[in-house]
Amino acid sequence: MSNPDDAPQNESVESPLRSNPISETSEWSFELIEEYDRAIAEIAKGYKLDTYPNQIEVISSEQMMDAYASVGMPLGYHHWSYGKQFLNIEQSYNRGQMGLAYEIVINSNPCIAYLMEENTMTMQALVIAHACYGHNSFFKGNYLFRAWTDADSIIDYLLFAKNYIAECESRYGIDEVESLIDSCHALMNYGVDRYKRPYPISAEEERQRQKEREEYLQKQVNDLWRTIPTAEEDKAEAEKIHFPPEPEENLLYFIEKNAPLLEPWQREVVRIVRKIAQYFYPQRQTQVMNEGWATFWHYTLLNTMYDRGLVTEGFILEFLQSHTSVIYQPPYDSPYYSGINPYTLGFSMMCDLRRICENPTDEDRHWFPDIAGSDWLETLHFAMQNFKDESFILQFLSPKVMRDLKLFCIVDDDQKREIEVSAIHDEMGYQKVREALAGQYNLGNREPNIQVHKVDIRGDRSLTLQHIQYNRKPLGKSTEEVLKHVHRLWGFDVHLHSVQDDTVSASYHCPPQPETSTEDLEVALPVIGWGI
Amino acid sequence: MSYIIDRRLNSKNKSTVNRQRFLRRYRKHIQKAVSDAVTQRSITDIDKGEQISIPSKDISEPVFHHGSGGLGTGVLPGNKEFVSGDKIPRPPGGAGGGGGSGSGASDQGEGMDDFVFQITQEEFLDFMFEDLELPNLVKRQLSGNEEFKMRRAGISNEGSPGRINIVRSLRSANARRIALTGGKRRKLKELEAELAEQEALDPLLKDHRKIEKMMQQIASLRGRINRVPWLDDFDLKYNLHVKEPIPRSKAVMFCLMDVSGSMNQATKDMAKRFFILLYLFLQRNYEHTEVVFIRHHTSAKEVDEQEFFYSRETGGTIVSSALKLMKEILDTRYPVSEWNIYGAQASDGDNWNDDSSTCSKILMQDLLPKLQYYSYIEITPRDHQALWEEYREVQANFGDVFAMQQIVNVSDIYPVFRELFHKKAV
Repeated sequence: MSNPDDAPQNESVESPLRSNPISETSEWSFELIEEYDRAIAEIAKGYKLDTYPNQIEVISSEQMMDAYASVGMPLGYHHWSYGKQFLNIEQSYNRGQMGLAYEIVINSNPCIAYLMEENTMTMQALVIAHACYGHNSFFKGNYLFRAWTDADSIIDYLLFAKNYIAECESRYGIDEVESLIDSCHALMNYGVDRYKRPYPISAEEERQRQKEREEYLQKQVNDLWRTIPTAEEDKAEAEKIHFPPEPEENLLYFIEKNAPLLEPWQREVVRIVRKIAQYFYPQRQTQVMNEGWATFWHYTLLNTMYDRGLVTEGFILEFLQSHTSVIYQPPYDSPYYSGINPYTLGFSMMCDLRRICENPTDEDRHWFPDIAGSDWLETLHFAMQNFKDESFILQFLSPKVMRDLKLFCIVDDDQKREIEVSAIHDEMGYQKVREALAGQYNLGNREPNIQVHKVDIRGDRSLTLQHIQYNRKPLGKSTEEVLKHVHRLWGFDVHLHSVQDDTVSASYHCPPQPETSTEDLEVALPVIGWGI
Repeated sequence: MSYIIDRRLNSKNKSTVNRQRFLRRYRKHIQKAVSDAVTQRSITDIDKGEQISIPSKDISEPVFHHGSGGLGTGVLPGNKEFVSGDKIPRPPGGAGGGGGSGSGASDQGEGMDDFVFQITQEEFLDFMFEDLELPNLVKRQLSGNEEFKMRRAGISNEGSPGRINIVRSLRSANARRIALTGGKRRKLKELEAELAEQEALDPLLKDHRKIEKMMQQIASLRGRINRVPWLDDFDLKYNLHVKEPIPRSKAVMFCLMDVSGSMNQATKDMAKRFFILLYLFLQRNYEHTEVVFIRHHTSAKEVDEQEFFYSRETGGTIVSSALKLMKEILDTRYPVSEWNIYGAQASDGDNWNDDSSTCSKILMQDLLPKLQYYSYIEITPRDHQALWEEYREVQANFGDVFAMQQIVNVSDIYPVFRELFHKKAV
C-alpha cells in the first residue's frame, strides 16, 4: 500500500533515537549479516567480551538436522547411533513436533556457528549475539575450557578420528568396529579424567606418534600379563600385588592401557572415544553458566543496539518474543515440565548478578558482601571465568532468584513413606535450596561413582569394578547391559560390586554367575575401604 | 573478525551413512515391519513408504545410571502451596522418585515409547524384495533391440576429431616424411659433399660455373624437401570403437488367476494381492521382463493389467482353459530357445470334475518341460480338492521347477511369496 521509500524518512523525522537502523525488513542478506556482525562486535568489545575469531556458516534446515544429529561435531566418525539420532530428529521435525536448534556453536578456533537460512534477520542477529559473542567468549574465558580442551586442534583431531575409524572399518569390517564403538560409547562418561589435565590433542602429533604408541602400549600390556614365573618365591609375592595400586576412575583409559586382549587398533579406537568424551566434559559441567552467559549477552547486546538506534522496534519485539519463550520455565506440575531450564536459571542468575552490583539491597549486602555494589562487568567476567555450574550456583544463587523461580527442595527417602519438602524459598530455606541445587549440578552425584578396583593379574585375569553408593542410590536397570560391554573390551570376567558403608549391597557379573558365595565377599571386604 | 560462509550448497546428506548404518543394524526389525505393512495395506498403496517402529529397549544404548531408591534430593521450580516440612504422598508408579535427580527418571520414562521413523518408498521396496529372485534365470540371448556397449577395436583411418590417436598420427606422418624425402636427402648429401670438395680446392682450380650450378641444385632440393607437409590428411589415425550387443536374459511371467464364481471377494482379493506383489517385484528387479495376464473361469482370456486387477467378470471353473491359453501364447510368441518362461497360478482349488487331471497332463507334458519355474498357490481355508492332489503328483515329478503353497488368510501371502521366490544358495 504505502510507498516503501517513504518509510525510513518518516521514521527518521519522527524519532531521533531510531535515526539509523541497519535494516528495516525481516529479510537477511550476506551484506546485512556482515553489518550486524560488525555492529554487535563493536558493542561486545565495549563490554570486554574476548572471543576467538568467528566463522559464521549459513546452512539449510536439512544441514541443521545433520549438524544436530552429529551432536554438534562438525565432522564425526560413522556410527549407527548418530543415524538413530538423525532419524529421530527428522521424524519429529517433519511432523512439526519440534523446531530446529536455536543455534549450534562449536568450541573451536575459529569458533564455528551456524545460521539457518530460513530465519529472519532478527533471528540471525540473535544467534550471532548469542553464539558468536556469548558462547564464544565463554569458551575462550572459562577455566574448564582453558584447561581441558584445545580449541585450536579439535577439528584436526576429529578429522583424524574419522579417517582412522574409516580405515579400521575397511580393514577389519564394519561390524567389528561398530560393536567396539558401541562398547566404548557405553563407557563414554567414564572416559574422562576429572582431576588431571590431559595432553592437548593434536591430529598431527596423533598421526606421528600413533605407530610408536601402538608398539609401546602393546609391550607394556605384555609385561603386565607375563605369566612365565621367574622364580619360585615370586609366587607368594605376586599374590600380594594389588593392581592397580590406586583405584582408577577413567575406565576407558584403564582399558586402553591394560586390557589384555585388545589389538593395537582397538586401543586406538578406545582412545579416540575417550578423547572426544574429554572434549565434551567441560560442556557437561557448565551448561547453566554457558547458556546463561550467552543468553545474558544476546539480551544485553541487542538491547544496546536498540538503545543506539541500530535496530527497529519491530526487530526488538520479535527478538523479545523469542527470547521470552527461550527462558520460559514451566512449573514442576506443568505437563511441559522437564527439569530446570538451564537458560532460565543461568539468565536469571547473570541478570541478578548485575543487579546486585548496580542496585544492591540490604539482603544482597548481607549475602554478597564482596560483590554488592562492585563493578558489574568485572564481577560477571570473574564469575564466568572461574566457576562451573556447581560452584557457580553455590556461590552466586541469590535469594531473589530463588524467590522469582519459587524453588523448593524435596527429599525423597525410600525408607520413609512420604516425600518431604525440606526447604522452600524463605529465610530458613535459602541456604539449603542453594546447596541442594548446586549438588544437582555436580556430575559426581548425578552419575554413579564407579572405579576400577582390582585386577586379578596372576589368576583368572578378572576385572573388578567398585560402585561407591551415593545416598544409598542403587545402580539402574541397564547395569548388566553395560557390564556386557565392559566384558567385551576387557575380554575376561568382569565383576561389579556396589558398596554402601563398606558392605557390598549388590553384585553384578559378566558372564553372569549363579549366586555369589559369601566367601567371595569376605575376601573382597578388607580392601574395599580405601577406595573412597 | 568474522568470516561468513555460505554453506547451503554443500551436501546436505552428511547423515546418510549413519542412517544407512542404522537401517543395516536393525534390518530384522524393519523387515518385520515391512512384512506386516504388506499384509495390512490396501492393494493400491502397497508400494508406499512406511513408518517403522522399533521397541526402544532394542535400540537403547545402555550407560551406568542411578536406579530408583535411596535418598534423593531435588530442587523444583514453581512452588505454589508448600512450606518446609510438608509431606507429599509419593506419586503413583514411584519410579521417578518424585522427579528427584532428573536424569535417572527420564531414562526410564523414555523407555516406554517405541522408536519411530520413516523409510522411503525406495527403501521399503528394497526391504520387501530383498533376497528374492526369479529361479533358474539361465537363458541369455541376443534379442532384437539390445543394449550395446562400446568396445575398442584398433585404429582406423577415419573417425571423428575427438577420437584422434595422436601418437599414431604423428608416427605415420613421420614415416611419410621419411619416405617422400629419402631420395632427395641422399642426393642433397652427395651434392653437399661434392660442393665441399670443390670449395676446398685450390682457388685456381675452382670451377665457378659448376659450383654455381650445384648451389642452385642444392637450393631447389632443399625447397622440395621443405615442401613435403609436416602433417597430411592421410596421416591422421583414429581410435576405432565398435558397438557390441550385450546378451541379456529375456523373461516372461504368466499370471493365471481364477475368477470363477467359487472365488469369493476375499479370495479374489488375496489372489490379487499376491499378483500385485509379483508384479511389483518383476517391475522393480527385472527391467526387461514381460508379463502376460490371463484370467479364467470356464474360458480363459488374455487381458491387460487394468482388466486383470479390476475387472469383475465371473463364471464357472475350468482351470485347464487357462493352461491351454498359456500354451498357445507360449508357442506363438515366446520361443523356448530365447525366453525364460515363468508361470504363477492362483486359484481356490475348485475345478470342474475331471478337468484337474487334464490340467496336470497339460502341465507335465506341454508346459513344465519348457518352463523355468511354475508356482501354484491355492487360496482356501478348506480341505484340498482334486486339483491340489493332481498337482502334488506334478510336484513329485518336477520338484525343481514346480512349487505349490497354500494361503489361508491375508497374512500368509507375503511369507508364501517370499518362500516361492527366495534366493537359493548356490
